[in-house]
Amino acid sequence: MPIIETKNLTKKFEKMTAVDNLNLQINEGEIFGLLGPNGAGKTTTLLMLVTLKPPTSGTATINGFDIIKQADKVRKSIGIVFQDPSSDEILTGYENLKLHGWLYDMPDDLREERIKEVLQLVELTDRKNDRVKKYSGGMRRRLEIARGLMHHPKILFLDEPTLGLDPQSREHIWEYIENLAKEKKMTIIITTHYMDEADKLCDRLAIIDKGKIVVLGSPKQLKKDVGGDIIRLKAKTLDIDVLKNLPYVKNISPCDGEICLTLEDASSHLQEILKLVGKIDSVEIRSPTLDDVFLHYTGRAMREGSPEGGWAEKMMNASEKK
Amino acid sequence: MSELKGIYALWYRETKVFLRERSRVISSIINPLLWLLIIGGGLGSAVSFGGVNYQAFIYPGVLIQTALFSSVFFGVYIVWDKKEDFMKEVLVAPMRRTSLFVGKILGGSTDTLLQILILFFIGIVFTISGVMPGLHFSVFSVIISLAFLLVVTVGLVSVGLIIGSQMESPEGFQVIISFLIFPLFFLSGALFPITNLPAWLAPFIFVNPVTYAVDGIRGVLVGISRFSLLFDFALVCLFALIMILLGTYAFKKMKI
Repeated sequence: MPIIETKNLTKKFEKMTAVDNLNLQINEGEIFGLLGPNGAGKTTTLLMLVTLKPPTSGTATINGFDIIKQADKVRKSIGIVFQDPSSDEILTGYENLKLHGWLYDMPDDLREERIKEVLQLVELTDRKNDRVKKYSGGMRRRLEIARGLMHHPKILFLDEPTLGLDPQSREHIWEYIENLAKEKKMTIIITTHYMDEADKLCDRLAIIDKGKIVVLGSPKQLKKDVGGDIIRLKAKTLDIDVLKNLPYVKNISPCDGEICLTLEDASSHLQEILKLVGKIDSVEIRSPTLDDVFLHYTGRAMREGSPEGGWAEKMMNASEKK
Repeated sequence: MSELKGIYALWYRETKVFLRERSRVISSIINPLLWLLIIGGGLGSAVSFGGVNYQAFIYPGVLIQTALFSSVFFGVYIVWDKKEDFMKEVLVAPMRRTSLFVGKILGGSTDTLLQILILFFIGIVFTISGVMPGLHFSVFSVIISLAFLLVVTVGLVSVGLIIGSQMESPEGFQVIISFLIFPLFFLSGALFPITNLPAWLAPFIFVNPVTYAVDGIRGVLVGISRFSLLFDFALVCLFALIMILLGTYAFKKMKI
C-alpha cells in the first residue's frame, strides 16, 4: 500500500484551479519530487497534504489516515519544512527545538536526546544558544529541517528546501536529505522548481503544470523517454526540411532562436547532420535534462525564477529595509 | 496531558518573546504615562469631576487603554504570524485548535498584565509621593482592579484573535485601529464621567463592554461609579465568556 495516495485532490480558488484532480501514489521510503514552474500548484498540494488547507474536492490518505477526517493523526505522522521561515527569531535555536518537543508531546529526556541528535546532524550544536535572528538564511533553513525531523516523522515534507540559498548550502542540504532517506528510511516529499535538485535527489518525480501531472517517473526514465541526446544548432539560415527525412531524428523544435534535434546516439550521426545543414555558427551536443523533459511535454521552457513571495526574496527585502 | 504541554509551549513562547523585546515593553509604558501626565495634568489644571483630581480620575481609563491596545494588537498579530512566522509550525502540530486558542489567550493576557502591573507600581509611587492624589490603593482595591483587568483582557485578546484568525492579509489593520480600538476607548468613559451623557451618546457608551470595566475599577480606586461593582463585573465576565466562545469557533475555522 502506498504511504501517500491522493484521490482526485482538487483546490479551486476564486478564478483558477490550483490543483486539478490530482491522483498520485507515493511509496514508503522514496524521495518523491513535485517539480514544476512557479504557480503550478506544488505548494498548494503540499499544504493540503499537511492539513493546512482544505481541498475543494477529493481527498488523500497519508500513512493510512484521511487528511480531512483524521487530520490529527496525519499531523502526528508528518514533519514539514515550510518555504517561508516558521521559526521564532527572537528565541534561540535550542528554544525553538524545545518548543517543538512540547508541541509534539515528547517526554523530556527523549526530547533533549533528539535535540542533541538533530543539532549535530545539521551542524548547529555550537550555535544553539544564539537567537535565530543572528543565523544566516542557510542556518535558519537547517534549523527548521532539524526541527521537522525531531519527532522522527514517517513522512517529511520539504517545500522548496534550498530556495534562495547559496550553492554551498544547497549541496549541504542535499546531502542531509539523501542521508535521511537512507539512514532513517523516511519518505520524503520535496517540491522544487530547480531541475538539478529534482534530478539529483528524487527517486521518482511528477512534473506538474497548471495543477495537473504532466508526466511521472524516475528522472532517468523521464530523460530516456524524451529520446536520446540533443543537438543544438545555431545558424543564420538553416534548412530544416533536409533533417526531417532522417530516420534517426525523433524530434525537431526551435529553442530560443536555435534549432534543437532530439536523436539517439548523437555523436555517431553528427557528421552526417552537419554535412546536410551546411554552414553553421555553433553546435552543441548534450544529454537531455529535466528541462528538456518539461519542454517536450508542455511545449514551453521552464524558467528558473524565484517564486513570488518566496522566503529568499522576503529575507532580501527585509535586509534591504534595514 | 499532551494538550497542556502544548498550551504551556505557547505561553512560554509569548512570554519569552515579550520579555526579550525590551523596546516593546518600554514603549507600552511610555504611552500611558504620556496620557496620564500630559492629558491628565494639562486638562486637570482646568477640569475636575466629582471633586477628584483629573489625573486620578483618568488613571483607571489609562489602565484600560493599555489593556485595550496591548491585547487587541496581540490578537491581530497572528495575521502576520501565520503568514511568515511561528504560527504555521503550531498549526501543523498535533494539537487541538482550542488548545492553541487557550495558549494564545494565556500568552497575550500575561503580556498585558505585566504592563498593567508596571502601571500599578507607577500609580502607587505617584500616590505616595503626592504627585497624583485621589487614588485609594488598598489590597482590596488592587485585587478587584486586577480581576477586572484580567477578565476584560481575556475578552479583548479574544476579540483580537477572532479578527486576526479570519483576516488573510494585514491590509485591514489600520481599519481595526480606527473602527475598533479608538471607539472602544473613547466610548468607555475612560476620559469623562458617564452620569450626565447627551442622549445620542449614551447608547454607544452603554453597549461598550469596556465601559463597565472602567466603571468598576474607578469605583474601587477613585470612589466614583455609575453602576454597582457586581453588575459591572458580571457584564465584563459575560463579554469575556462570549468572546471566548466565538474565538474557539473562529480558530476552528481558521485558514492560513
